[in-house]
Amino acid sequence: MTVTEAPPAPGPVEPVVHKQSVRRKLVPYWLLLPGILWLVVFFALPMVYQASTSVQTGSLEEGFSVTWHFQTYWDALTEYYPQFLRSVLYAGTATILCLLLGYPLAYLIAFRAGRWRNLLLVVVIAPFFTSFLIRTLAWKTILADGGPVVDVLGSVGFLDVTSWLGMTEGNRLLATPLAVVCGLTYNFLPFMILPLYTSLERIDPRLHEAAGDLYAKPSTIFRKVTFPLSMPGVVSGTLLTFIPASGDYVNAELLGSTDTKMVGNVIQSQFLRVLDYPTAAALSFILMAVVLIMVTVYIRRAGTEDLV
Amino acid sequence: MTEKTEGGDVRLSGISKTYGSFTAVHPLELTVPQGSFFALLGASGCGKTTTLRMIAGLEDPTTGTVFLGDKDVTGLPPHKRPVNTVFQSYALFPHLDVYENVAFGLRRRGVTSVKKQVGEMLDLVELGDFANRKPHQLSGGQQQRVAVARALINHPQVLLLDEPLGALDLKLRRQMQLELKRIQTEVGITFVHVTHDQEEAMTMADRVAVMNGGRVEQLGAPADLYENPQTTFVANFLGTSNLIEAEVVENSGGDVVVTAADAKLRLPAERCATQPRTGGKLLVGVRPEKISLAHADDAGTIAEGRNRFTGKIADSSFIGVSTQYVIDSPVCPELEVYVQNIERDSRLVPGAEVVLHWNPEHTFGLDAAQDIDAGVETVEETP
Repeated sequence: MTVTEAPPAPGPVEPVVHKQSVRRKLVPYWLLLPGILWLVVFFALPMVYQASTSVQTGSLEEGFSVTWHFQTYWDALTEYYPQFLRSVLYAGTATILCLLLGYPLAYLIAFRAGRWRNLLLVVVIAPFFTSFLIRTLAWKTILADGGPVVDVLGSVGFLDVTSWLGMTEGNRLLATPLAVVCGLTYNFLPFMILPLYTSLERIDPRLHEAAGDLYAKPSTIFRKVTFPLSMPGVVSGTLLTFIPASGDYVNAELLGSTDTKMVGNVIQSQFLRVLDYPTAAALSFILMAVVLIMVTVYIRRAGTEDLV
Repeated sequence: MTEKTEGGDVRLSGISKTYGSFTAVHPLELTVPQGSFFALLGASGCGKTTTLRMIAGLEDPTTGTVFLGDKDVTGLPPHKRPVNTVFQSYALFPHLDVYENVAFGLRRRGVTSVKKQVGEMLDLVELGDFANRKPHQLSGGQQQRVAVARALINHPQVLLLDEPLGALDLKLRRQMQLELKRIQTEVGITFVHVTHDQEEAMTMADRVAVMNGGRVEQLGAPADLYENPQTTFVANFLGTSNLIEAEVVENSGGDVVVTAADAKLRLPAERCATQPRTGGKLLVGVRPEKISLAHADDAGTIAEGRNRFTGKIADSSFIGVSTQYVIDSPVCPELEVYVQNIERDSRLVPGAEVVLHWNPEHTFGLDAAQDIDAGVETVEETP
């Protein structure tokens, strides 16, 4: 906006200035309009449609009609709660793994990478240049029975441990919970690293110097300064990982078995194979509610509104 | 609070810092006496901040040793040195409130009951009511005082201040200068203060080291530096100097006699920074406030024995307490003269012919081999 407060010309010019300022007040609303339209058409309307589907009864042949049949929600929950629990468990485990893997990398890129910083960032997002599906299929090959990964992990006894923990079965990786968690971790790692990097990179390095100057050991500097200041990145990174991972069905479909089905797989099959639209819609809403509640509790606990 | 801390002087022995092919600090010998308010003064890039950071341990010297008292601390990381820093932009922890910022150093050293000390320290910097504010809720001056309190609470042997007033506006800066000086007197800790503001250095410090190009140009008390600059850089960087290129015609006994254009000037030999040789060149300096102006018609009333020559007023500006004149003269182009506004001579207007005269005692001599304009522009620099 190059329009500045022009010195008011004497006399009758005043009303024109007034009209301009009214128009200027409307500008924000005009700027909001495309976004709002987009949200209405692609978010609000489908939500309403799905909500109405979830309380319909009927069949594909006779057609569905709204009967306010809320029983569908209860039925869906009682029938598919193992898949819900599994989704939360797998997505939670993948989120923690992403944090453990992503934080050191984001820290390195933000503080130690020097001129390699941009290259490393490109490498982090490089997997996005191939499709999600292809990458997950590649993992299928990597984790295949008799492949080098399984051989190595089997011979060092790693698979015995995970098998004992119930994460793998016998001497195989593919079609086990561990494979699904690995796939989720891999696919959502960049969503963890990028927000972590952004919040770490914003930390003034002089704060590290100041903490060191005030008798903090390097490990204390991390605990008392770096980590608390990176909390916004930790929160947004875990949300960006956990939310899509809990609704994901591709990893469980391609890397898992019938015993590793997540709620996303159920919704997908209800919608596309069983064609039981009300149950599918109800499951979607339950998932949304579960995620919303968990996220709200989490954000309250993390207390990010307190951070700058 | 007023107890003297153990430790003694800060001694830098042959320390230097090079970054690749660039030398930020040339090998440097410097002693900061215990309990003094010491200023490192220079333009940006002169190596003053690097020197400070080497004392703090935030920068490793390329060569040389840092002593605190008799102890060699060169190899110690910052968190093991009994030294604290007030950073240029304060570097307050944004996620902690004022209280926790101030308590940070004590907590790191395992002090469990910090309440009393933090309270006393906040009172010292007059921020008692702000303990629960976050740094971003404070003004620049308040943040600055938190930074001072956060460092001082640890009773360091030396407090290092890196341009602590650079971000404040002029009025607040004046106020904080006095405040810092008061605190230093009260706690008796050695302060090493880095600044590019010569007035700030002269107001606050007992001793000033003027740095230029990674070297200490001159070290001394503020008045001494001002009255007896040893180099053109110091003469121009601290206040304003009129430097006149002259030729030595006589060097016998106590006085040196020089000529510049048609004027014959006299100065005490002991005020020459260099050994004047008859027939050689010398830069003759005199501060603008030492010169008196007389209208050409009154030339006869000037006392004998004063240095004098004629010129023409090129410009004058009235600034209340004094009037600043720019004088054109064959002896020296653009001489500056500050005259106190006691009895103003209405004839002294631009274009008037005048005689400049001053006591020869107030003249100093510098080596003519230097750049006569060294340090001139840098005075105006703001951070």
